[in-house]
Amino acid sequence: MNDRVMRVQDLAVHFKLREGGLMRSKTHTVKAVDGVSFDLDAGETLGIVGESGCGKSTLARALLALVKPCRGRVLWLGEDLNKLDDEALRKKRLDMQIVFQDPLAALNPRMTVRDIIAEPLWTFFPKIARVQVDERVRGVMKMVGLLPNQINRFPHEFSAGQCQRIGIARALVLNPKLVVCDEPVSALDVSIQAQIVNLLKDLQKKLNLSLVFIAHDLSVVKHISDRVMVMYLGRAMELSHRDSLYRQPLHPYTSALIKAVPVPDPKLARAAGETGLTGDMPSPLNPPSGCVFHSRCPFSIKRCQIEVPALRRMESGDWVACHRAEELDLTIGKSG
Amino acid sequence: MPLLEIKDLDVGFDTPEGEVHAVNNLNFSIEAGDTLALVGESGSGKTQSVMGILGLLAENGHVTGQALFKGKDMLQMSTAELNQHRGNEIAMIFQDPMTSLNPYLPIDRQMIEVIVHHKGMKKAEAVAQAVEILRAVHIPDPERIIRQFPHELSGGMRQKVMVAMGLLGEPELLIADEPTAALDVTVQVQVTRLMSALREKSNTAIILISHDLGIVAGLCDRVLVMYAGEAVECGSVNQIYYDPKHPYTQGLLKSVPRLDQPEDGGLETIAGNPPNLLALPGGCKFRDRCPSAFDACSEKPPMQLDEDRHAFRCFLGAEE
Repeated sequence: MNDRVMRVQDLAVHFKLREGGLMRSKTHTVKAVDGVSFDLDAGETLGIVGESGCGKSTLARALLALVKPCRGRVLWLGEDLNKLDDEALRKKRLDMQIVFQDPLAALNPRMTVRDIIAEPLWTFFPKIARVQVDERVRGVMKMVGLLPNQINRFPHEFSAGQCQRIGIARALVLNPKLVVCDEPVSALDVSIQAQIVNLLKDLQKKLNLSLVFIAHDLSVVKHISDRVMVMYLGRAMELSHRDSLYRQPLHPYTSALIKAVPVPDPKLARAAGETGLTGDMPSPLNPPSGCVFHSRCPFSIKRCQIEVPALRRMESGDWVACHRAEELDLTIGKSG
Repeated sequence: MPLLEIKDLDVGFDTPEGEVHAVNNLNFSIEAGDTLALVGESGSGKTQSVMGILGLLAENGHVTGQALFKGKDMLQMSTAELNQHRGNEIAMIFQDPMTSLNPYLPIDRQMIEVIVHHKGMKKAEAVAQAVEILRAVHIPDPERIIRQFPHELSGGMRQKVMVAMGLLGEPELLIADEPTAALDVTVQVQVTRLMSALREKSNTAIILISHDLGIVAGLCDRVLVMYAGEAVECGSVNQIYYDPKHPYTQGLLKSVPRLDQPEDGGLETIAGNPPNLLALPGGCKFRDRCPSAFDACSEKPPMQLDEDRHAFRCFLGAEE
């Protein structure tokens, strides 16, 4: 396809940690993201899910070149972001924006809504006329469902849902092509969460945005994504189209995650079976050998402890990193 | 006699901007072995109502009404009297496992405090019992874990320790404030299973405070829905989920994204934002966001009760 905007190849971000005193210090390496690859088209939404510590936020930062990868490439419209000098990278950032998790913490409490939303404009176009800024700010405020006459207010005068709308307005003011949303609704109440998910969906359609939507909540991701990537301990376990992922997951971890989501229906909730998962996620300092999921996988065999499964393409066009993907039938709704 | 009966509970806070009415005229009761969910959005008064009952309000808070635990009013008790019940017959699992454990003390010291104090148990015996309960909540290698400090454990482990502490004294009433909110889905399942196991084993009554309608559906018998400090609907879990009467409950259920339903089209939403507790509107508090509001809603609707103990605070829905 020629409207591909981003291509990520074998991306890895490792952090070095030091432990112990001066004399006996040891360095550990945390492989926060380890060999992730995917493509993103214009107007597409890629959902990224996983439990805490799986590396999804680090991946988000690496996509925007906010952390340096130790391996692999992020190609934006064919250009490797990490090969650009600072000024060229800064220009690229016009096209890429981020929306953060905690809407109140992400807004400067001492700035008015106008200044918060206009800040990217001033940064990129320092000579822009004040009238033009105001016009643009009022325009995006309307677009995200805020009243343009609230332009002089401060963040504390808004509810959490409205603050997230301000955060989205700030991300959209430069007309970006890509918006990375890092857990944009997990701090919000359900009724407000639904408003924000719908807003993002509408805006995406209207503006032909590419969205990377990071969340731990599988049901929210299902409502917004075209494709979904499931991460575990820094690695992609599965990358599938939304419908096939939720109906017929290919990876045992995906299936366990889906089964663990509580259903808001008393009869179904009580009839739910086991997830098949045991224990906690292992420490990322000391991940299991072979397939990182083997220590918790109900289908693990000897090979899984030794050989790291590659993310490979199945006939359906979906991707999975599991040695046993062909033999397992993980269709949701079937027992066993 | 119910285990705990709450009558006309009001909780307010004095703030520089005026009085915040966190809980208004709340009534409910719970029997031994029952599970009751308090459901509602942030600021609806779920947590502050139980904090009021247990005498744990912040200094600028005040509480009126009655909270009868086995017939005795907890709101009239002295701190010394309260302490005979709290932690012993009534245990609470607090919301945030990061801040509710003492970072300076190893897990064993914190866990056995309750049983040593209330049951007069010897230390060694208490530690042995604590190890057993940690094993029951599926903590691997409990003999080692119990000597560690909170910061050495993961968030999921800490929350399991909190649950284990709640269960240790085999309380008659367990109040769990969002016990799973900080946990990943796969750990959530484990924690809710534990709580239902406890209830079956020791006939413990559970009050679960949660905004997660999925967790509530799986664990609770009865549900009390709160909005802006008031109870708006109360009934059995089936009544609330399959036949909700209050427009707020209906909206809340519809706005939950679900895995088992088609995702085409947008999510249903409740328009607007929750009201400011400093300046609550008169009449029905949900009026401004309600799709079916009409003239009568400027008066405060009374709590209506149908023949199956299904109560709701709305003018609509009584007679179709």
